[in-house]
Amino acid sequence: MSKFAKKKKGLPAVNTAALPDIVFMLLFFFMVTTTMRETDLKIQAPKLPNATEVKKLEHKSLVSTIYVGKAKEEDRAKLGTGDKIQLNDKISTVNDIANFIYSEQEKHNPEEIPYMTTSIKSDIECGVGTIHDIRIELRDINALKISYSTRKGDLKANIK
Amino acid sequence: MARRENSEINAGSMADIAFLLLIFFLVTTTMDVDSGISRKLSEKPPENMPPPPVIKEKNIFEVNINRNDELLVEDEVMKIEDIKQATIDFLDNGGGMGKVTETAPASRCDYCNGEKSESSSDHPNKAVISVQSDRGTSYGMYITVQNELLSAYTELRNRYAKTQIKGKYAGMSYVELVALAANSKDEENERLKQVITEIKEAYPQIISDAEPTK
Repeated sequence: MSKFAKKKKGLPAVNTAALPDIVFMLLFFFMVTTTMRETDLKIQAPKLPNATEVKKLEHKSLVSTIYVGKAKEEDRAKLGTGDKIQLNDKISTVNDIANFIYSEQEKHNPEEIPYMTTSIKSDIECGVGTIHDIRIELRDINALKISYSTRKGDLKANIK
Repeated sequence: MARRENSEINAGSMADIAFLLLIFFLVTTTMDVDSGISRKLSEKPPENMPPPPVIKEKNIFEVNINRNDELLVEDEVMKIEDIKQATIDFLDNGGGMGKVTETAPASRCDYCNGEKSESSSDHPNKAVISVQSDRGTSYGMYITVQNELLSAYTELRNRYAKTQIKGKYAGMSYVELVALAANSKDEENERLKQVITEIKEAYPQIISDAEPTK
C-alpha cells in the first residue's frame, strides 16, 4: 500500500503549451471568414425583408450600400418620423445619392464601373415611394445594377 | 559580464495575446454575407424617343398593390399565396406566336404547358409583368410580391431545364445549373453558359415597375 500512497503528490499542472496554437487557429478562422463592419448606423437598424429567391452579392468592394429606415427613437423629435436615407455615415436626402454614387465610382477603375452594384438595405415598413425615388435617382446617373437586400427566410414575416 | 545561459523565452502569455487579437476581430467584424434580390434598372429614355410600341392587353399581367398592402391582380382581388400560381398560368399560357428573335422566327411556344387561352399571353417572351404600387405600400409587401414573381419564373425555368435540356446537363434543374456554373472551372463554363442562356431566353424575366401612385 505504501507504494501507491507515495505517488500521490497532487495533480500535475495541465500542459497549456498548445493553447496559443488553438487560439491562433480560431483567430485565423475568424479573420478569414468575417468582414470588417463598415458603417455605423445613424438610423434605426433596418429590419430587412425575408425572401427565398436570393442571390449572393459577389465582390464586396464593388457594392455601395444605401440604408433606408426610420430615424432612431431619440432623434425622432429633431428628424421626424418619415423614411430616412443614410449614405456613408450621415443621414442624407435623395438628391445626395448622385454624388454618393459618383464618389464610390471614383474609387474604382473605369472598367469596373459597369459591375458596381447598389445594395438597398431598407426596413420593411418603409414606403415604396422612397425606394422609387432612389431608383429614379440611380437610373438618371446610369447606376443600373441594384439589389434589394434581403434575408433568406419565411415570407410571412414581411407582412404585419 | 558573463553571458547568461540561453534559456527559453517564456511563451506563457502568448495565449493571452492571441486571445486579445481574437476578441478584437470578433468585435470589429461581421459574418453576414450580403444577399438580395438583384435587379437591373431600365435605362433612362432619351428625350426625343419615339413612343414605345403598344403591347397587347393580353400580354400584360397587371399587379396592383395599394397603400393598405392589398393585392389586385388582373382586376381581381387576390391573396399573396395565389399570385405565384396565377403568374405561372399567365406566363406559361402560350396562346399565340412568339416574338421574332435573333436565332429563330416567330413560333408557337412548344414547351409551354398552359391552357393556350386566347385571352392570356401569347408566348413567354412576349409576356410582361407590370407591378403598380402606391407610395404608401410597405417595402415588405413589395419585396414579397417581387419574390413570388421571381419564384414563378424560377419554377418554369426549372421545369424547362429538366424536360428540354438534353446531353450532359439533362435532368438538372435551373437552380442546380446556376449553382454549378458558379463553382465550375472556365473550360466547362462555355457549354454551361449556353445552356443557362437558352433557359433564360425560354422564359425571359420581363418585370416592369410602374411609377407608384400618390
